[in-house]
Formats: sequence, structure tokens, C-alpha cells
Amino acid sequence: MLKVDHEPALLSVKGVTKSFAGVRALRGVDLDVLPGEVHCVLGQNGAGKSTLIKTLAGVHRPDEGEISWQGEAVEIPTPDAAIELGIATMYQELDVVDGLTIAENIFLGHEISRGGFTKRSEAARQTRELLRRLGHSNLSPHTEVGTLSAANKQIVSMARALSHDIKLIIMDEPSAVLDGEEVKNLFHVVNELTTAGIAVVYITHRLEEIRQIGDRITVLKDGRTTATGLPVADTPTTELIRLMTGRDLANVFPPAVTIPEGAPTVLEVNSLGLTGVFDDVSFTVRAGEIIGLAGLVGSGRSEILETVYGARKATTGTVKVAGTPLRRGSVVAAVNAGIGLSPEERKSQGLVLDEPIYVNVTLSSVSRFAKAGFLDERAERKATRDQIDALELRPADPDRPAMTLSGGNQQKILLARWLVHGTRVLLLDEPTRGVDVGARAEIYTLIRRLAAAGNAIVIVSSEIEEVLGLADTVLVIADGHILQTLPASHIDEHGVLDLVMKGTAA
Amino acid sequence: MSEHTPNAGTTATTPPPTTTTTTTDTTPTWRRILSGSVGRNLGLVLALLVLVIVGAITAPDTFTSVSNILTILRQASIIGVISIGMTLVIIAGGIDLSVGSVMGLASVAATIAAVQDLADQLHWVVMIIIALAVGLGAGLINGIVIAYGKVVAFMATLAMLVAARGLAEILAERRTLQVGDRDFIRTLNLDILGVDILIWIFAIVAALGWILLNRTTFGRRTIAIGGNREAARLAGINVKQHTMWLYAIAGLCAGIAAVMILGRTTAGTSTHGQLYELDAIAAVVVGGTLLIGGRGTITGTVFGVLIFATLTNVFVQNNLTSSVQAVAKGIIIVVAVLLQQRFAKPTGRG
Repeated sequence: MLKVDHEPALLSVKGVTKSFAGVRALRGVDLDVLPGEVHCVLGQNGAGKSTLIKTLAGVHRPDEGEISWQGEAVEIPTPDAAIELGIATMYQELDVVDGLTIAENIFLGHEISRGGFTKRSEAARQTRELLRRLGHSNLSPHTEVGTLSAANKQIVSMARALSHDIKLIIMDEPSAVLDGEEVKNLFHVVNELTTAGIAVVYITHRLEEIRQIGDRITVLKDGRTTATGLPVADTPTTELIRLMTGRDLANVFPPAVTIPEGAPTVLEVNSLGLTGVFDDVSFTVRAGEIIGLAGLVGSGRSEILETVYGARKATTGTVKVAGTPLRRGSVVAAVNAGIGLSPEERKSQGLVLDEPIYVNVTLSSVSRFAKAGFLDERAERKATRDQIDALELRPADPDRPAMTLSGGNQQKILLARWLVHGTRVLLLDEPTRGVDVGARAEIYTLIRRLAAAGNAIVIVSSEIEEVLGLADTVLVIADGHILQTLPASHIDEHGVLDLVMKGTAA
Repeated sequence: MSEHTPNAGTTATTPPPTTTTTTTDTTPTWRRILSGSVGRNLGLVLALLVLVIVGAITAPDTFTSVSNILTILRQASIIGVISIGMTLVIIAGGIDLSVGSVMGLASVAATIAAVQDLADQLHWVVMIIIALAVGLGAGLINGIVIAYGKVVAFMATLAMLVAARGLAEILAERRTLQVGDRDFIRTLNLDILGVDILIWIFAIVAALGWILLNRTTFGRRTIAIGGNREAARLAGINVKQHTMWLYAIAGLCAGIAAVMILGRTTAGTSTHGQLYELDAIAAVVVGGTLLIGGRGTITGTVFGVLIFATLTNVFVQNNLTSSVQAVAKGIIIVVAVLLQQRFAKPTGRG
């Protein structure tokens, strides 16, 4: 283990373990955070990041190990105690109250009051000051938080942290809900904080962000620290991936295959438009072809997929599957024609989390597993088991609730759903969001295999690298327009970004 | 929160070869059993048992007699039928406040048909058909307003609650309408194998509800819609149409209940079924169905109905007022929901 320690640590974690009902979530975590640094904590899903955060935030108490704060051993029995010490936590699911104003949120629980009456003007004044410190003086203290974007809610959450006397902020994947511009803004705010001497523990699994913002890195794997205090500047990415996954990641993307000459056009989208979102979108996808939509968040890429699928009702244009036009705004028609969508938000849009794997797999084709409306659950389980084997879905138990699966395996449930249904067109929106690095390569291979089996595939991803690596043809999109259609091999990430920037400016 | 054991994709994990397709479907662990319907109903069985024991101790002469048990079941039957429809609606994430009023309206509509001049020429089956049609129709209106009009179920059915009651009063002119048809009354007071026909109706409706929920595509889709409406929609399920039919079923159950109450009271009146919606919701929730949808059982609802009917009976046997009963009911509801929150969260971390 590498360690660099010149300054006394602000927070020091040594050998912390934590088990839940016999499952060991943390098996020995070490971590030193210096004052005013951005300390990135990297790890795949299940590495123990969330448990570590909650241990520091006073939500969980460690079974063993030691936590020291400014050189003294401390216990953090409650979230209040953490704040008392000077540790604030920004969870991924932001804990702001939508119905209250910004000022009310910031001082929630420690209202500025006299004799039980809140002093609104004083709270507003202090709120303005906090927002100014965070570079967001454009926000009004009296705005209702429910009307704010995710990015601005984060700012409110940060302002709340700063309203206490805080020396350390833990941020749990703060960029997950932000688009490119908002992420830049977030980094700016983080810089402000560290300049003021506040340390930041930044949890992420996006390697590229660490380069931009981090000072030092701690890597967790299987609840253990595999490396700590790595300087960001001279730790190569391959090394980080090795530390996170325990193996080398040589070729992530499977090689493209040439589409046979006579491959029929399966999906034909003709000057499709949705007022105010995108217009004049046309493209065709042949059997075996993978089309990628590249563009920033807000460019309309997800909306295009959803409109092709009928989940949104197109205002202009047509969608044809194998030559037959689909009824506008009808998911049922799209599914019957053989289109399948794996939606952007897997958990809220894709899965019935409480239900077992097999129910989720057969959701689109239940009627096929029924005679006169009566279900044959044995046939359902058998079909699911076949998919489990084919896709290497784990755990290999059709009765396991979808909720208990990892992101990668939940993605496989959705692929299995459409394979069972027998689709010809697969629309994949962010197929690897929330899927850890190790499992991604597997998903990529599957997607390639599905294409090779004759499916027409359209993928959308905020990771341009992913679009370029998987797709045969790339549509570059900005502001609801297709800027350019070209073979993926003819462009790189910078090329796409250049196009997008120009397109957005125009 | 969502920390999972990261065995995804690693080569070491060999799949357990569950290729023994001859064994019947489920391979549940003990945890699954306990968290499943059996485990959840266990608590209900115990609660019912406790009530029965209390009844047997406090009123030893009367409580355990066959006729008293039949009385309990008879009293449970009407609210029971309504609760079955309610269960389906609630599992799908909805609510139907109008069932009591719709039942009243259906009872009035059916009796009016029977007291008209031409009643002599009508077979009493027509009365039944009218009651069922009124229930189904009101339910369909609820369903259409909710599914296609995108009105929140609570408001749409609240409106129907008010309107159906009002319409029933207009039709009945606030009078109680006697059912003249002797054959109708006789048929609905028949007993088969010593058990009232009303109890049989409840049993049949419950059985049909169970089959519908657990053995058909309709039931599967109901659960999926309740569990995650958006996922169901994006999976290609026609959520609107399905929702409409769910309320139609709830309305139909109210129609059946109207027929039953006509048989029992021999009269139709606009006050039939008042507050039945609340009793039904209480029975469904006590029976373990989540008000947010996605999870629930017909068996649980049947137990919920029986628990309340038995409770009422125990109180009547002991000459306690209905006010005391109401308090006890309230306490049971709260306790049941509290217990539900403690134990009905089984699908946690793997």
C-alpha cells in the first residue's frame, strides 16, 4: 500500500469492518483525508463505498476498527454527532424537501428563530451568503426547492452542509444526475470548498472525473482498501482499473463485424419530430447493425428513442418496422411490431423490483405463457432459465427478486425480456449506467452478439466512448437535430465533441 | 444502500444446475416461505384464532355453535365480496371509494325494476342482471375517468361515491323499496349443504378473485402495474385499458353485493352499503395488501374480512355497544399496519 503523509490527517480510518446479518460489507478499510484535499474513493458497485460513507456519517456503527478526527479517536453514533464533528454528507438521493424554499431547506432542523418564531429575513440573508460562496447568487432563497434542477438541488444540499461549521463533505456520486455543463459547475464549487480549507471525499466510479478534480485516490474492492493515498497525477488508469476489478482490462469492446451485403432494413425512422424537443430525425437500421446516438444530456437522444418506441407521441414523421408503419404514441403497437426498449432508468422505468426475475423477464410476453389467460409458471421459469444460461445472469435463480441483483444483471433481465419476446429492434438507453466496470465488457459482448443474431440495435449513452466503441454508425446529435451521420470508425471522441459544440452554438 | 455481492460476471461462480425440470416449479428457501403469502397469513390466522378463543371463553354457550359461525360468515359475505374487488384495485396501486354507494344504487335500480308495473312479466333474474349491470357500468365509468381522463383514483371514486348515492336517493325518492318477488327472496335465502347461499357467493367470488390474481395474465399484469406502473407501460402492457377493467371488476363486485343485500333485507334503499368502502379497505389492508400497490393477496383479504366479522360477533355476544366495537376496529387496523411494516419487508438485501 502506498501512503503519502506529511500533514496530520483530518480524518483517519483504520481497519474498519462492518457486517450486516452475516454479510461482510466492510472487511478492513483504511483511509486518510487531509485538510482541504479532494480525496476520491473509487470502487465498483458492492465494493463497500456506500457502507463506508454511512459509517462516517453516523448512520452505521463499525464493528471493529478506529476512526480518528483531527488526531483523536472518535465515535460517530448518530448523524447529528457527525455534523457536530464537522462531517457533512451529500447522499445520491438528495435529502432536500421539495415543498420548502431554499432557505427553509438550508436551515431545516436548526432554524434561526427567536421565541419559537422563525426569523425569515435573517435566514434569507445567510442563505444568500451561502449561495454566493457556492457561486450561485442567481438562486433566490425563497424559491421552492421542488422547482429546481437536480444540479441546483445539490447546491442547496451543499449550502446546508456549509450552514453548519463543516470541515469535511462527503459526496456520494454527485455527478451521476448531472449533465456536462453542470458537472463543470460542480467541480468549480468543489474547488471553492477546498480553497476554503474544507476537505472533500468524492465517491465515484467515473475514472475521467478523478483526473479533473481529485488530489488523491483510495480504491476499495470487496469491502477492503486495495490502495490508499494514490496521487492522482501519476497513477495510470489501467492501474486503477486493475485495483478496482482485480484484473486487467485489455479489450473492452468486442470487435465489430461486417454486416452482410443484403441485410434488410428493419427499422426506418422518417423525419420524426416532437415539438420543442427534436425534429426531422431520420435514420435506418439494418438487421445486424448497431446505430449509436451521440450527444450531450438534453440533446434529445433519449427522447428520440422513447418516441420511436411510442412512449412519447410523435408530432411529425413515421416509424416503420420491416416496412410497416407504426401507430404513433403506442408502446403496445411498437412492442407487437418487435421493438424493445431498455429504458434509461432501469429501476424506475424498467423493472418491477419486488417481483422475481422470471416475472420481469416474461413481463412483455406473459400472454405467450398462458392458455386462455391462465399462466404456466413452469414454462415461464424454464424460458427464464434458458436466458439465465445464455446471458450468464447471476444469481442463476429465476425466483430471486429483481431488486437483489447488481446493475449489470438487472440490465441482463431487460435484455432477456426482449429476447424472450422475440424482438427485431432493440433500443438501448444507457445500457451500462450503474453497471460496474468489470460487468460492462460483458454487456458490450452481449449487445454485439444480439446484433450478430440479426437484431437492429440503437444505443444511446452519455459516454461517447461507449457509443463509438459499440456502434457501426454514429448519429451526432445536438439540440434535437442530427448534425451528422457517419461510420463510427471515422470519428473519435474529440471529433464528436467538436461537432456537438459547434452544433449547439449554431 | 444497494451494495451487492459483486459476483457478477466472475468466472468462478458456477451456476447451480437447476435443470431438474421434473420437480415442480418453486425451489423456495425458508426465508421465501416465511416472507411469502403463507408467512404473512400466519399472523392473520393467529389473530383470528385469538378472537375465536376470546369468543369461546366470553360466550361459551353461544359463540361456538354452528348457527353462530354461520352468522359470522353471513355477515362477512357481503363486505367480503366488495373487498375482493377492492383488493385487486389496491394491488394495482389504486383505490375505489365508491363501492358502497354503487352497491346502494344497484340495489335501488334492481328493486325499481321489480316494482314497476311490468314486474309481473319479468323473471327475477332480470333484477340480478340489472344490479350487476349498474355495478359494472359505474365501475367502468370510474375506470374510464381514471385511466383515460387521468383523474386521481381517490378523487374520481370520491365523486362517484357522492353522485351514485345521490342518484340512488333520486330514484328511490328516499323510500325503502320492498322486493315483491318471492322467488327472488327464496332463492337468495336458500341453503346449500346447510350453508347459506350468500356464503357460497362469497366463497365463489373469493376463489375466482384468487385465480384471477394468481393464475392469469390479468393478475400478473395487475401486480406489475402496482409494482411499477412505468415499467409495465414500457414493457408493452396496455396500462390504461387494464386499469379501466380493474375498476369495472370492483364495480361488478359492488353489483353482486347489491344482489346479496337485497336477498338478506328483502328491500332496496339508497342507504345500502354506506361506509362499506371503508370496511372493505380496512379488511384489505389488515389482510396484508400494501396501499401503495404491488403486493397483496386474496387470502389475506378473506382473513381480514373474517377477523372484522368475528370481532363484531364477539362484541355482540358480550352485549358491547357498536361504539366500543368501532374503537377496537380502529386499534386493530393500526396494529395490523404497524406489524405489516415490521414484517412485510422481506425482499431486502441478498
